[in-house]
Order: sequence, then structure tokens, then C-alpha cells
Amino acid sequence: MRILPTIGITLCSLMPLAGALCEEPHPTRTPATHLALTGLYSDFATKAITPGNLMYSPQYPLWSDGAGKKRWIYLPPKRTIDATRVDDWVFPIGTKLWKEFSFGKRVETRYLEKVAKGVWTFATYVWNEDVSDAVLVPDRGLPNNYEIAPGVRHDIPGVIDCKACHEGQGRDVVLGFNALQLSPDRDANAPNAEPVTPEMINLKDLVIQGRVAHLPSRFVKEPPVIAAALPRARAALGYLHANCGGCHNSTDPLASVGMILKRSLEGTSQSAQLETVIGHKSKYQIPELASDSSYRILAGDPLRSTIVYRMGSRNPARQMPPLGTKIVDKKALALITLWIQEDLASSSEKEH
Amino acid sequence: MRQVKTVVSILVGCAFCLAAVSWTASGQEKVNPKLVKRGEYLVSTGPCHDCHTPMIMGPNGPERDMKHMLAGHPQELVMPPAPKLPPGPWMASFSATLTAWAGPWGVSFSRNLTPDKETGLGDWTEENFVSTIRTGRRMGKGREILPPMPYDVIRKMTDEDLKSIFAYLRTIPVVKNRVPEPVAPETPPPDVK
Repeated sequence: MRILPTIGITLCSLMPLAGALCEEPHPTRTPATHLALTGLYSDFATKAITPGNLMYSPQYPLWSDGAGKKRWIYLPPKRTIDATRVDDWVFPIGTKLWKEFSFGKRVETRYLEKVAKGVWTFATYVWNEDVSDAVLVPDRGLPNNYEIAPGVRHDIPGVIDCKACHEGQGRDVVLGFNALQLSPDRDANAPNAEPVTPEMINLKDLVIQGRVAHLPSRFVKEPPVIAAALPRARAALGYLHANCGGCHNSTDPLASVGMILKRSLEGTSQSAQLETVIGHKSKYQIPELASDSSYRILAGDPLRSTIVYRMGSRNPARQMPPLGTKIVDKKALALITLWIQEDLASSSEKEH
Repeated sequence: MRQVKTVVSILVGCAFCLAAVSWTASGQEKVNPKLVKRGEYLVSTGPCHDCHTPMIMGPNGPERDMKHMLAGHPQELVMPPAPKLPPGPWMASFSATLTAWAGPWGVSFSRNLTPDKETGLGDWTEENFVSTIRTGRRMGKGREILPPMPYDVIRKMTDEDLKSIFAYLRTIPVVKNRVPEPVAPETPPPDVK
């Protein structure tokens, strides 16, 4: 029997038998009302970053309508990330992450904090006009908050939106900070890749600094890369990994869909993963096609590939990913289209 | 002491489960008959059939087509473009089957809730179903659920009731019926770009 817990006290503790059946209460933490209180800045007026907050950049960034992005992570002293599962790191309690979004100026900063085992606080902060303050956004977010293109306004997500992508099953909520994304062997063709600056950390830095524990040694000796016969294929698979694999993988609730776009460094082979996508009939039917002739990806035929169709739409009833963007990522769409049309048409890619 | 409590809770839980679980007629999936019965009650007394079981014209007037129970909008019924309504308080239209709905959101079609693997909820998990209702997003992560699905009301049900509904839906006859995808509005509503 489950009873909704409050901090420290539950009915479970009052009933011996029921107590045996109840879950232990999870502590929660209300997010700070202002970004300035989260510890990102040592001096909010000058926007000086607190020493110890590590800047980083994933090699395959998530498309966010062309927003400029900066990211930082704080790891508690003397605590390490558990990288036993190389694809799903477990972060120490007290970990904090920030992600700043800019469209010419700062618009929002998203925040994650691990407050207990398996429990994270989510928050988004919206910057004011003169960027002198950033305040907590309501749980439902702020739709149509900021114009990013003529007639197109950026939605600032609320907690509910954040959880739609970040919450998974049996893993921490962090996306974009893992062995593959921080590999020093960066994909030069990754769409929307951001320049790496000297202060940014990567996987090698984390290992040297002792911030990562139990990482299989082979990933230290040979930085992780996505295996592909051609550079374009590597970039395409990396893009799909970052933009789709957060939901479409073998462990999260959408595992029931059976489409794996998350590249695993261990476990299921890449070829087995690609078999769930390439040449696989799609439940989603492209409206302009005859019934039952849509595929998730059809080698050589992007027009019958629902991934291309849905990437190319920003209508909320049709687009993929289903939230978070309002502008089609044309560069990536062209990449994926060419990959399907030319690279997958050859047998060498199908055998990968 | 904590370990003892854990072991006791596991043993008690197992005893309850073994007493409660039985197999579906097909023998393919374990179901809890108590949950199924509760789910049948909720579905039968709630609004599910209103949209998800198509209406047809019977000898005594409109009636539910129970041969396609909860199978959603009939795939063979291709809808023409929705009528354009003049400005004013009339804002939506619907098909005679009560399975296609047109309004500022575009056109939505009642989904197939039968356990068909290709066209229904056959490969959904209980978690997929509950999170759909709780979040208003398909499978908890996908596109938003469109009107007139009253998920904002149904989401107030308890976990047990939602699980009961799902358990019942696993037992209803499979109907292969591919419901069309929603149609985007010609002009997006003011809050959608």
C-alpha cells in the first residue's frame, strides 16, 4: 500500500504491518526563487562563475532552435560519479547542473540538483530584460515568452516539461554529461557543435581529476566514439543519439515502442539497435502516403521515413522531438536525409 | 530490523499477488481479476465509450457499434475537410460516429484502445498508459493529448483506478483498426506557432 509521503513523517511508521509495505519517504526540496541563490555565480552582478563549477560541452548538442548554450556542473568535493554503467552514470548527492540559453541575450537558465538517491530538483529561471535577475518559472512554464524569429516565440519549460525528457527508469536524470558526449575524440561533423574552450572539461579531465569512478579502463585508453563506416553516418547517428535517444532507448518507459536511437557503449550492439529502426515499419503513418507504407527509416528513401517527416515539422501534433523547439533544424534534417538516401542505400551501412 | 521488514513485506505481497492473479483467456498475460472488474466498471460508467466506441445507426436510432468496442475512429471512414465555422461561440464540429473532432486544434481522432499490437495499445505498458493520463502527453513523453479527451479530469483518478482501466483494456477483444494521425490546424491556434 502506498501512502503519499511528507518529509520525515508517514502513516507507514504508525502501522507496523503497513509500514513494512510502505516506501520510505523521499526528501524534496523547493527550488530557490532566484538563480542567484543556486550557487552558479560567485558574483551575480558580474556573472563571475563560482570556482569549482565545471564548464563542459557535449559533442552532440540537443537542437534548441539555435540557442547559444553554456553548461556547468558542480560535483560535491570528494564524491565521484559512478560510471559502472558506462551509458548511465550515477551522480553523487549534491550534484548540480546549469544550462543557460541565449538568443542574443540570456533568456533562461535550467537547473538540476540531486537532493537524494534517485531524487532531483528541477527548476527553470527566466532572465529579466536587463539580465540583472533570473527568477523561478512556474511549474507549467512560460509559453511564448521570447521572440526568437519573426512570429516565433520561445517557450520556457516548466518542471512538467523538463521531466518529460529527463525522467527515465533506473537511471539518473542527467542527459548530455556522459562518456560518449564528453569524449575527447569529438565528432568534427556533429551538427550544431559548439567550440570547445580551454576551461571546458572532458572525459579525460574527469578521470585525471578523480571525479569518475569505475569507468571501464578501455574507455580511458580509447576515447568513446560512435562506430560508423563514414563520417556522415557517425554524425547522423550522434545527432539521433542526442536528440532522440533520451526517450528512444531500451530502458526508459518508451522502450515499449521498441525503437532504439540511443547509442550504447556497452550492451546491445549497434547493429542490433539499428535493426529496430532501419527497415522497420512505422506505427506512425505519414499522411501523404498509402496506409502501411511508412517506415521508421527506409534505406534510400527519406520520403517514406517517418523520422525525416517528423523532424521536418514543428507542428506540435506531428513534430519529433515532441516538445522544446519551434524551428526545424534544417542542417540536421539535410544530414539525416542524405545519410538515409545515400549512405544507408549501400550495404556497408546496413551491416553496421 | 529494516531487512526483516523488507522480507516480511515481500512475503506478504507475494501472498496477495498469488491469490489475486489469474490468466487471460488467451493465456498470454497475467491479469488481476479484481482490477479488471474495477476497470470494466469505470470504463462502462465513465466517458470512454462516448468517443472511443463509434456510433452507428441501428434499428432504434443511434447506438454504439460494440463490434468495434473502444477501437476508435473507423479507419475506413475518411473524413472530408472539416467545415469552417464563422466567428462566434460555435467553435467545433464532430463526426456522426463521435470519433473525429475538429476545432482550433485541428482534427483529432479517437484512438484505438484495444490490445492490438499494430494499431492499438498492444505494446503499451501500464506505465505508458498511466503516464499518458497523468501528464497529458502520449506515453508520458510524446505529443500533447488533444481535445476532447478529458484527461485533465481523468488524471485525478487514483493510480489504482488508472491501472484498473488499463488492466480491463488488456482483456477486451482485439480490433485491428488504424486510426489516422491528428490533422494540423490550417492556421495554428494563437498559442501554437
